Amino acid sequence: MPDKNNENISDEDIYQSLKNRYKKNILNVNLIPDLSIDIKVEIINDIVKFLKDSRDFQFTTFIDICGVDYPNRSKRFDVVYHLLSMKKNKRIRIKAAIDEKDSIESIVNIFPAANWYEREAYDLYGINFNNHPDLRRLLTDYNFQGYPLRKDFPLTGYTQVRYDDTQKRVIHEPVELGQEFRDFDFQSPWLGDPQEGEKEIVNEDE
Amino acid sequence: MNDKIKDNTFTINFGPQHPAAHGVLRLVLELDGEIVDRVDPHIGLLHRGTEKLIEHKTYTQAIPYFDRLDYVAPMNQEHAFSLAIESLLKIDVPRRGQTIRVLYSEIGRLLSHLLNITTQAMDVGALTPPLWGFEEREKLMGFYERASGSRMHAAYFRPGGVHQDLPEDLIDDIDTFIESHPAVISDIETLLTDNRIFKQRNVDIGFISQEDAQLWGFSGVMIRGTGLPWDLRRSQPYEIYSELEFEIPIGKNSDCYDRYLLRVEEMKQSLKIMKQCIQILRNEKGPVSSHNNKLFPPKRAEMKASMEALIHHFKLYTEGYHVPKGEVYRAVEAPKGEFGVYLVSDDSNKPYRCKIRAPGFAHLQAMDYMCKGHMLADVSAVLGSLDIVFGEVDR
Repeated sequence: MPDKNNENISDEDIYQSLKNRYKKNILNVNLIPDLSIDIKVEIINDIVKFLKDSRDFQFTTFIDICGVDYPNRSKRFDVVYHLLSMKKNKRIRIKAAIDEKDSIESIVNIFPAANWYEREAYDLYGINFNNHPDLRRLLTDYNFQGYPLRKDFPLTGYTQVRYDDTQKRVIHEPVELGQEFRDFDFQSPWLGDPQEGEKEIVNEDE
Repeated sequence: MNDKIKDNTFTINFGPQHPAAHGVLRLVLELDGEIVDRVDPHIGLLHRGTEKLIEHKTYTQAIPYFDRLDYVAPMNQEHAFSLAIESLLKIDVPRRGQTIRVLYSEIGRLLSHLLNITTQAMDVGALTPPLWGFEEREKLMGFYERASGSRMHAAYFRPGGVHQDLPEDLIDDIDTFIESHPAVISDIETLLTDNRIFKQRNVDIGFISQEDAQLWGFSGVMIRGTGLPWDLRRSQPYEIYSELEFEIPIGKNSDCYDRYLLRVEEMKQSLKIMKQCIQILRNEKGPVSSHNNKLFPPKRAEMKASMEALIHHFKLYTEGYHVPKGEVYRAVEAPKGEFGVYLVSDDSNKPYRCKIRAPGFAHLQAMDYMCKGHMLADVSAVLGSLDIVFGEVDR
């Protein structure tokens, strides 16, 4: 339902306006393929509120919050926010980098929908959200340990469950695989030096 | 919770094995008599770690995981993933490939709406509609099978196009189906639209305002029910939707009954879109997938004669292709709402991160907000109209 009467704003306009408002708190921007803005963690609440309430943008629709794990960085996690403006037919992505021990302000008071998305990020990555009304695990099992979407969490996990007929209950045991999970390394030795953060090429499982 | 514990407040479990829970949903309901005080959905009983698994698979191997998200309309999910990869790879899909994608996306919409309308009817007490609806779904899944070889786990939309062209007689059969289907829709409508019980259970139940629907991240039928004509097929068109003729129905009262009416109307519009796709498929021949041999595997016949084709085939099915570093969010108008994929690539042959934004997830978390103050019996009506499928909510 894009607003035909108003003149259209471009991604560049949105970025400039945010840049003027937040100056050094905006760290980086990408316009291609999507409008994506890296910000300092401190302003997350303010910028989301501004984008939602500003008459020029009206990013009133909540789309998504998710975490991304970069274990080699000093600030390990990216918390990625997606918002949509139905009025202007624009999307925006906001990224804030935080460390494992840091926490980030919750935006549940601005978008109630953020509730479950923040719980999910907490559940899967262990990202802490300040002032979240109910920060419980969401997707994993009751009493689950660890943060499964972190890169250092093994794909197979640590425990497996089964029903034990002698104890008459479901029990957790360490994972036992009939065959090791085969994760092939396809980095080509012909492509030159490994890029930053990549490990040296080992060919043991091929 | 109130400070004072009232005598008549009690807590019950709705599910996880309740027939109206649409899969494995556990709702912890706090009731004041028969009035719902609080709804706390416990999800994750169908959590399979799809996003983690995708990080360990090549892009081609990751496609089938999308069939298992919203397993009622599998190809629509593959579509979002394919669009995301294509925009990182900067490749185009040939026109015939795009048309087939649209055709099958609309078949997916029919599959999903047929199931939702009829099971919503079942949630409020009618048994006949699901039987009639499933008969039609059976035919549509037959079309899935004849195109992809599988009734549900299609893996048919591949980055760069679709896996294979459609056989000629399949196009004719889909055409015959389009002619015969409206009669079935109107049959189902005679059972429900003016049905006194169905209306009593659905009219004015589960209201949500335009502003709140946006704040809660609603999309698809849920947001169109509030009267906002927002449909990604029109507002942010992909494939050939911009040149097709169809209407976007919107609701007036934003209640469960409006959402039912919208789904019925959307099915009719889908048939209209499919008809136009059939026209295009009959008149314009051409390739269905990208010609780039480094991305799309060669045809089987080619492999018998060409060494190079054989090498390409081997490389693509072992190592796969590398996607340039970057990140992208692409969304499609899936039957249930905006289905998006946020893909982060690190120039390797596996996705670095693939976040799946499922519409049902956002809809389900608003259960507490929408059910507060309703009667216990309305919970299943609201849940039915949200159109929840646990494959995509739990991932």
